[in-house]
Amino acid sequence: MTRRYESLIIDVITRINVPLMRLFGLYVIVHGHYSPGGGFQGGVILATSVILERIALGPEESRRRFAPRTGLVLASVGVLIFGVTGLVPLLLGAPFLDYGALPFPGVEEPARRYWAILIVESGIGIAVWGALVAIFDKLTGSEL
Amino acid sequence: MRVATAAILAAFTAFLMLAGADLPALGEPDAPAAVYVAAEYMKRSLAETKTPNVVTAVLADYRGFDTLGETTVVLTAALACLLVLAGREPGRRDP
Repeated sequence: MTRRYESLIIDVITRINVPLMRLFGLYVIVHGHYSPGGGFQGGVILATSVILERIALGPEESRRRFAPRTGLVLASVGVLIFGVTGLVPLLLGAPFLDYGALPFPGVEEPARRYWAILIVESGIGIAVWGALVAIFDKLTGSEL
Repeated sequence: MRVATAAILAAFTAFLMLAGADLPALGEPDAPAAVYVAAEYMKRSLAETKTPNVVTAVLADYRGFDTLGETTVVLTAALACLLVLAGREPGRRDP
């Protein structure tokens, strides 16, 4: 990995911006239902927040904030969330990935599909976030 | 060898353009891609999934299996990158 970029302006602006980027990434994921966005786009924004930290704050501090091994864990957890959401209807007797058969209490079928789409998009966002951070960390030479 | 490569590329390009000439015009409402399931998705997505964004509804619900495959591809790409770069010599890493 390269050294820390020595600039006070970059340092301060990064520290201010990274939480805002994470919030915006979360917004894009959750608003995939209503506006362009969704899991893939929000996941990339979340990954960009971590990569900005790595570039601007240097290896030591950014690894304290976001461990290099977390990327792979997040990627696997995201795919797992999606897979489990598809597998539960199969265990309940419905087709694979049939969100209408998920056991949400007390809501009718369109609302069940709505919430299942949200869960699935969150899984995608987490998976993309983790995968991109893992690729960046490996390319810049961290030991994963 | 460059002549052979250029000839193969030219033949392939000609074949693709010939096949592409038969495709329907952009935005034509009678095209097969817009007539069968796509119209049904747009008609029924709000009632069936409560999601105003048709793109998200199609991507995550009607064609959710493809999206599961895509997400697995993203994970596989990360794993492949990790595996390919696993055996680099220690001198390259930062101290």
